[in-house]
Amino acid sequence: MAKIASFGAYVPLFRLSRQEMADAWGVPAVPGERSVANSDEDSITMAVAAGTDCLAGIDPSTIDGLFFATTTAPYNEKQCAGVIAAGLDMRTDINTSDFTGSLRSATSALRAAADAVDSGSAESILVVAADCRLAEPETMMEQLLGDGAGAVLVSRKGSATLRGFDSIAGEQIGGWRRSKDAYIRSFEAKAESKYGYMLSAVQAGKNVLENEKVEGAEITKGIITADNPMSGGKVAGSIGINPMSLEDVLFFSVGNPGAPLVLMMLANALEQASAGDKLLVVNNGDGADAFLVEIDEAFAPVEGRKGLAAHLAQKKVLPHYTDYARFRSLMKKEELDPRGSAVTYWRDANVALNLHAARCRNCNDVNYPMPRVCITCGTKDQFDEIKLGKTATVFTYTLDHIECGNYVNTAVPRLVVDIDGGGRLFLSMTDGDPDDVEIGMSVDLVFRRLHEGSGFHNYYWKCRAVPEATS
Amino acid sequence: MGSMKDKTAIMGVGCTKFGEHWEKDHEDLIVEAAYEAMDDAGITPADIEATWVGNLYDFTGLSGGVAAEPLKLFGKPTTRVENFCASGMDAFRNACFAVASGAYDVVMACGVEKLMDVGGTGLPVDMGHPILRGSSAPGMFALAATRSFHEYGWTKEDLAHVAVKNHINGAKHPKAHFRREITLEKALNAPMVAWPLGRFDCCAMSDGAAAVIITRPDIAKTSKHKHDYVLTKANAMVNEAMLPMYRSSFDFLGFDATRTAARLAYEEAGIKNPAQELDLAEVHDCFSITEIMNIQDLGLCAQGDGAKFVREGNTHIDGSMPINPSGGLKCFGHPIGATGCRMITEVTKQVQGRAEGAQVENARLGLAQNLGGTGSVSSITILGRAD
Repeated sequence: MAKIASFGAYVPLFRLSRQEMADAWGVPAVPGERSVANSDEDSITMAVAAGTDCLAGIDPSTIDGLFFATTTAPYNEKQCAGVIAAGLDMRTDINTSDFTGSLRSATSALRAAADAVDSGSAESILVVAADCRLAEPETMMEQLLGDGAGAVLVSRKGSATLRGFDSIAGEQIGGWRRSKDAYIRSFEAKAESKYGYMLSAVQAGKNVLENEKVEGAEITKGIITADNPMSGGKVAGSIGINPMSLEDVLFFSVGNPGAPLVLMMLANALEQASAGDKLLVVNNGDGADAFLVEIDEAFAPVEGRKGLAAHLAQKKVLPHYTDYARFRSLMKKEELDPRGSAVTYWRDANVALNLHAARCRNCNDVNYPMPRVCITCGTKDQFDEIKLGKTATVFTYTLDHIECGNYVNTAVPRLVVDIDGGGRLFLSMTDGDPDDVEIGMSVDLVFRRLHEGSGFHNYYWKCRAVPEATS
Repeated sequence: MGSMKDKTAIMGVGCTKFGEHWEKDHEDLIVEAAYEAMDDAGITPADIEATWVGNLYDFTGLSGGVAAEPLKLFGKPTTRVENFCASGMDAFRNACFAVASGAYDVVMACGVEKLMDVGGTGLPVDMGHPILRGSSAPGMFALAATRSFHEYGWTKEDLAHVAVKNHINGAKHPKAHFRREITLEKALNAPMVAWPLGRFDCCAMSDGAAAVIITRPDIAKTSKHKHDYVLTKANAMVNEAMLPMYRSSFDFLGFDATRTAARLAYEEAGIKNPAQELDLAEVHDCFSITEIMNIQDLGLCAQGDGAKFVREGNTHIDGSMPINPSGGLKCFGHPIGATGCRMITEVTKQVQGRAEGAQVENARLGLAQNLGGTGSVSSITILGRAD
């Protein structure tokens, strides 16, 4: 039976207090804060981050597929999973697919991955979900949403077993967004909650327990997605599991991130689970998915894997609502017009996305980008293609106010960095305060959207200061 | 390697005023510079057998037509030369080769750029790979400044001294773009462009053109400037990495292109001690930090001593090693393709004792240096009086 081999999560570094959002509009505030993706983040970049977290200590070339779930795909036509797989440096002879259109898409993807593993068509599939949803400014929904990503590695081998998938197809107009809508829309929330959410979630959960012959009392933890802290308890009560056992829905710390919520909650639950635990997952959205996760043995900590808790602990609070407005381009500004080339982007995907470099067989120097002739010794065509490390040290830098020939008020830090393990790159810095940059500082490489040249998303790598936990 | 020493002579030079020539196009500028050079040489367009024109940006024009069309130099060859900021001096270098080979008796090297026609927020640098590329021009050189601060303890004030000195010189030159002196405080408090480079660490964005008439020494002896013609003592150019910030061995403290070109040029000219033998140098101060690095790379002071050398006043017009008596790129201006020939014009007039701006006393041997890209190409010309 399909197992869970690893898990991962990602929460953008930035948080915005709902009080600040409310004050900006002069409306009542919801308690807590929400996460906010930076302007160079989207569901693809966050999926790469969560996938990276999930694959800590695992060779990405051993994975047979990548399923991506989102309601905010950066491309409506063009697969996102392939971009994510390249950013994660996975093989190309793998099964990639996008699951989209529903807040339930992450568990649809997870179920498909488990089916693939159970059928023997794949040894392992990485399931990643990410969303960066937009609510109408000034509404309460704007305060309630958050941005984030989650991941699980479904495999023939792992510490937890996936069992008893059950799905309910529910046609309710709960939340929706037409292709021409900028913001999520919703109808009467009470009706959606009572008939859309409750009915299908309870039915799916009950079906799992009944089919798998598990008593509600045996469930050690309920992972029940909801857009508020109360609803999950009602579902749990109706299914017959302990409402006090529920995994936190991240209402006060992240907000509702949409499709990835279930995987973020699952990641946190798996990190804390003990051998013998039984987790009941109930995910909602246009119906519901439910399944059991049985913990065969506790997940041992993995170096480099942060999971949800460590991501929540590292944060920077945005001082103003206008920071959020700028990140989400709520105000129309003059757009820069950098040059892009789909041909160059394709030809150099292994350099720009997979972040490969060339090590000279003659002088051992790491060349980046990959040349035909070694920049150090002049030897021609004698290179091994290597993976670059994702941590580095700043050699020198500038804080550049010129971007695509335009003066910008907020300087862009541009760093010359020495990659740990060899190689030197010239990268922009993100997520940080330009004033904090100094020679010798340690940085992580993160996958971000560089620009929109030629009308497509030009993804590449940037640096950010290694985040520190803020207690 | 052979030598070009004393094989070519400068018959005449010309240069427009550099600045924001809103009312003129590149035709006006190149005609003004070329006719001034021809008048200076005492020749007419019919005497010019071949032309090389330095020009970086294709929005000014493409092909030899950039010079041939405005000057109606038809029925003979004109070559457009592009080698980043060294384009103008590379045009001069190729023109010298043509004369030294014996193919031509009289040729013209010129350069032109019309930057202000495309607006003024720094140079357009949207070229090369759409992802794996450099940044703005100030951003690239700021990387060297930050590293030099770290290694040598230099400060923004060290950089400001360069700007103050170049403004003193520029104020005296009738053809300079900026003709006002500034205070150290003004330079230090200017708006930031790319930390640590502020507005006064960056050279002018200018329109302009310059031209040089080149011939054989035996012809120069009978020309209008027979008593004070100038000989090319050396000409060296070296290309290095386009994007050194991806090169792990690059230390950001100097540019090998200049160091190598300087060694070759001094060898060719027979110069043993450049700081003592050279009377002046026009160096490529696209940014204040670049002037200091160039001084070091040219061997005019020791590596690491550049800021101190400047601070002590050595580079002033009356100092031990006058640098950029014209005001440099900072104040004279920097219409890219024109700058190399503008420097040669300035050094020629200095060693002839007829500088239009501040004259270096008893100047007889001078150097001009162009640096292109991020130290990607450096071109050096050494000029000396024939007598």
